[in-house]
Amino acid sequence: MSAAIQPASDAGLKRTPLHRLHAELGARFVPFAGYEMPIQFPTGILKEHLPTRAAAGLFDVSHMGQLAVRPRPESRESAARALETLVPADLLGLGEGRQRYALFTNPPGGVLDDLMIANQGDHLFLVVNASRKDADEAHLRHELAQDCTIERLDGRALLALQGPLAEAVLGELCPAVASIRFMDVRTLSILGVDCAVSRSGYTGEDGFEISVPVAAAEPLARKILAHPKVEPVGLGARDSLRLEAGLCLYGCDLDENITPIEARLEWAIGKSRRQGGARAGGFPGAEVILRQLAEGSARCRVGLRSQDRTPVRGGSKLYRDERAQTPVGHVTSGGFGPTVNAPVAMGYVAAAEGKPGHTLFAEVRGRRVAVAVSELPFVEPHYKRGPPVEK
Amino acid sequence: MLKFTKEHEWLRIEGEIATVGITQYAQEQLGDLVFVELPAPGRSFEQGAAAAVVESVKAASEVYAPVSGEITQTNESVVKEPSLVNSDPMGAGWFFKMRIADPAQVAMLLDEPDYRALVG
Repeated sequence: MSAAIQPASDAGLKRTPLHRLHAELGARFVPFAGYEMPIQFPTGILKEHLPTRAAAGLFDVSHMGQLAVRPRPESRESAARALETLVPADLLGLGEGRQRYALFTNPPGGVLDDLMIANQGDHLFLVVNASRKDADEAHLRHELAQDCTIERLDGRALLALQGPLAEAVLGELCPAVASIRFMDVRTLSILGVDCAVSRSGYTGEDGFEISVPVAAAEPLARKILAHPKVEPVGLGARDSLRLEAGLCLYGCDLDENITPIEARLEWAIGKSRRQGGARAGGFPGAEVILRQLAEGSARCRVGLRSQDRTPVRGGSKLYRDERAQTPVGHVTSGGFGPTVNAPVAMGYVAAAEGKPGHTLFAEVRGRRVAVAVSELPFVEPHYKRGPPVEK
Repeated sequence: MLKFTKEHEWLRIEGEIATVGITQYAQEQLGDLVFVELPAPGRSFEQGAAAAVVESVKAASEVYAPVSGEITQTNESVVKEPSLVNSDPMGAGWFFKMRIADPAQVAMLLDEPDYRALVG
């Protein structure tokens, strides 16, 4: 047999503060973004994915980058205003205790990374992709040097507890979590340690992301895993969960050559940053991105569902019919969706081919497999949204 | 006669027919299988050529023809229910039968103790 059966080479790989716990739980490790990370635990990806949607799963995402951006005292620019020069999100309108999804864009309108930005009062708290954290930090230091200080929070681990029972489980350790709503962020004491807790995640389920000091990470993870309803979840199920939820993975579904409009992330462009808004434009690539927002883009991200059981994976080319020589798009990520109980994928197609229900053909091992363009997400999200708290 | 390859296929050889599947070690490494693609009966493969495909949630892997020969029969049960490969890899989870073209190739395959030593 080919592929798949390859032991992780641990040469030069970094480890998260939970590595010892993962090993004890029998994790299989793979190299990911410079880290030795658990791809799955002994029960397997299906039995990590499904319980996360039915109960709760605990993820170690400590490989991700955590940064604090603070205004320099001598600067009149707030950190939010400064950071708005790098992202199309509305950050001045981001209330204290709230977080927002954002994109670092580049001058041609592509995406350098996708990230979360939280308003923590005296600073902005950023969570960025592991594979991009060094580049993002350099970008921030280079672009914001005059107005902000950038601190990398390497002393913090990051845990995600996801699923319908996440509130009940975390509530046993910290009742206050029940009072926060989707995209709220609070500093809360858990097991006697101050943690930055946000109600957010990467699965489409309700849940929390907990930024915790490294020394307290393992005891917290053990405490959460001691709950009978919680399974440890590796990167394999993290990927199948986010794929079903229609969420982009940077490096697959988003990159420097894909614009936010092509990616159908218009909602990440704040109203105030759009044409006619109070602070229209003013981020890298604004001209291209705002033009595409008004006029549409030549290609767009779509969901794809195989019409048989064949999984269609990233890299497959998409064609209009079984014979066509010229592709009309390509798959950027795909695999089997355990909750959908069928193969699911995402990709980019010419705008004219992007209507839901339209049939295209993906090339898989030299064979053309019929796929239907599909709405995203593949599963309904279960976020605990609160009443609107922002202007 | 039971034989193995370094690539984690097993063969049960009866006369000139070999029944082929993947080993317990292979199914453990792959994890839950969600898709199996088998070759059409009548097709011939050279030793080492990709004859079947298995997919887990995460990845696709090829299953190689462990010897040269023609496919005589396939196990449609594993196409309908890929988890059979996980639950009974050396039994109900077999993939295909093939007519062995060159018996000399069989002699070069691993015996069970050698395969067990390989996977530790």
